[in-house]
Amino acid sequence: MVAELVNHLRTIWPETDWRLDGELISAEVEARYLRAMAKYFTAQQWRIGTIVARENGRDVHVRYFFYATKHSGWVELRVDVNAIDRVLPSLTNVTIAADWFEREIEDLFSIRFTEHPRLGDFVLHNEQWAENLGLMRPRVRLDADIPERPREWHPKRVLEEQGAFVMPVGPVYSGDAESALFLLETVGEDVVRAVPRLFYKYRAIEKIAEGRTVHDVLLLAERCNGTSAIGNGVAYCQAVERALGITVPVRAQSLRAFFAELERLRHHMTSIRQICASTALQVAESQALWMEERLLRISGDLAGHRYLFGVLAIGGLMFDCDRQMLEDAAYDAGNVLRKVEPLRKALENASSFLDRIERVGIVSEESARDFEIVGPFARASGVAADMRAVQPYGAYPSIEFDVPIEAQGDGYARLRVLFWEMAQSLRIMHAIVADLPQGSVASEVALHSGEALGWSEAPSGASIHWVECDAQGVVLRYRLTPPSFRNWHGFHVATEDFAFQDFPIVLATLDLSVAENDR
Amino acid sequence: MKNWFVRGVTAGIWTEALPGSGNVSNALSPGLPTTTEYATPELAREMATRCPTDAIHASGATAEVDDDRCVLCMRCKGRDGQKWRHDITWGHTAGASSQEPLPSAFASSLHVRIIDAGDCGSCLNELAQMNGPLYNLHRLGIFVTPTPRQADVLLVVGPGTRQMRDALVTSYNAMPEPKRVVAVGVCAASGGIFGPSLMSSGGIGEIIPVDLVVPGCPPPPHAIIDALRLVCGQIKRVAQ
Repeated sequence: MVAELVNHLRTIWPETDWRLDGELISAEVEARYLRAMAKYFTAQQWRIGTIVARENGRDVHVRYFFYATKHSGWVELRVDVNAIDRVLPSLTNVTIAADWFEREIEDLFSIRFTEHPRLGDFVLHNEQWAENLGLMRPRVRLDADIPERPREWHPKRVLEEQGAFVMPVGPVYSGDAESALFLLETVGEDVVRAVPRLFYKYRAIEKIAEGRTVHDVLLLAERCNGTSAIGNGVAYCQAVERALGITVPVRAQSLRAFFAELERLRHHMTSIRQICASTALQVAESQALWMEERLLRISGDLAGHRYLFGVLAIGGLMFDCDRQMLEDAAYDAGNVLRKVEPLRKALENASSFLDRIERVGIVSEESARDFEIVGPFARASGVAADMRAVQPYGAYPSIEFDVPIEAQGDGYARLRVLFWEMAQSLRIMHAIVADLPQGSVASEVALHSGEALGWSEAPSGASIHWVECDAQGVVLRYRLTPPSFRNWHGFHVATEDFAFQDFPIVLATLDLSVAENDR
Repeated sequence: MKNWFVRGVTAGIWTEALPGSGNVSNALSPGLPTTTEYATPELAREMATRCPTDAIHASGATAEVDDDRCVLCMRCKGRDGQKWRHDITWGHTAGASSQEPLPSAFASSLHVRIIDAGDCGSCLNELAQMNGPLYNLHRLGIFVTPTPRQADVLLVVGPGTRQMRDALVTSYNAMPEPKRVVAVGVCAASGGIFGPSLMSSGGIGEIIPVDLVVPGCPPPPHAIIDALRLVCGQIKRVAQ
């Protein structure tokens, strides 16, 4: 199928040198063909995997990765950028999903995208920094003390009606919420639209990863979002392993899947707890907190860390687990899930609860496809985007599971998807324990230069990582595209015309992590 | 609503006793590495090189651990590795900027505001757990408040990113006196694996004065509760 596609591409664009390497079709393309090619792929339901900019001396280039919603490999388009003009055609008019990628690259690499509807003030905030800092460019040193240049900044307003105003919420708000600013545009009672302003928590993970070894960057991958350390960590490890040509032992792959599903269980429990909390249903919140704590303790007992840090290693795992421990963990998790079931039923019968989450924050299937939303968020809108099924990796090709799908796209549909996925995760855990391969859990790591893409299905969706390292295993470029970055892009679709008091509820049902987006 | 009330009441009390200064299980806390004597200086140096954040220093055959830098990567753990402590009394004074614990009036009613200055999410999750039925922060008279104007203690998580710096300082200035600041987690303590760098500080002590530091990545709820009891004078500990 991949071979057919290459032949087809060769007939459409004969001047371009299309190469096929395993599952990856790659080509160096001229900027003038970029839009036509992107149009071709998006018309056939291919999605943007990630867009990676790289600068090394006078060599400036941007790579576009596409993958299809069915198993048909990856496409990499590499476009050279003139180091002096630094201009590329924007793909945002072809697919809106490219929007935030381009804004980020413009902000951090000072590459302009022609015909992009809105550039500037994205990662680096205008009221604090000068324009065109080019933070990710090699000329900015890791320990540089970048001077702040305070400028005036006003939120962009769309509403021009009389009495319309913007109500800011954040960046410091509510009890234990993550830092982000929300600009709620309103004419009084109802919010017409809500625009998030993120990156207050920008830690420049991609920048500080440069110069660290592939082993140490794993710590950054785990901690970009501490609540899905395995999800993002596995994607990073697989990128490095592909770049270095390491084969991960089958036992390690199975155990990685086991830990990933345990994490998914806990992550979804956290999301359910937050939905209960947002509707002020305190009994349900307390019970969900208790179940979440039980799952944290199961993780702690099994791996020595409640959030499963320090489990993964390049080439496998840091330690082996005996079968009994895994059986106990799966059994205990099953016990917790048996307690979740009555909670689910109680919530489904509580009309006061349903009134608040039904028909709020609706995202249509069309919007979910346009914005290339991922994870449970997309699945609640009828888009079966699950990397475990679409681009199977590790132990998943041999594991049977269902991908839950709901059509309504509202808060309640998202809640149902979370409950459903928890049951599937437990099913996968039991299947892994029942059929656990023997052998070692770590491979020898021989360092050499390389570059590769790795992906996984993190609890909140597809996580796609790109790594390039030199002969000593020092990372030259690390690009992570976590699921929340994709999903925050679709946030404003879910927040159109709603009542003020529904804002925390919409936010909770969307299952978004600020830390993961901000990196 | 009646059903929820009945569900809540019939569930009974789930709150667990505080563990005091004894050891706790892996389920409650990952523990921390601690100063270890090795047979040879080479072994101690080997541990120091294994540590990605310079938390372990070898002096002779002893490998000392700086808690405030340990990100719990577990690379020094193992049969031949560092010794591990499993207590939860992790909180310690922050040095020169530390003030005395709050006056006794606060021991029975303490209001806490949480500020996220670049946290990865795990510290915030542990802070949320603190309010859960098992830990039940309320029984100690400690409450999370939504505004710094009502807060006696600022709990800061995250390494203090450049873009959160203004918000952090504004929140701190909005608090009434007397006030205390607790840096929760290794990022807030020393920058962790993120700082100091061009976009984050080397611990929030560089931005606002810190009184108490709780290391850990993340510190478990019991360790944070222990630190909060320390800061409001419910328990006393000889300064380390």
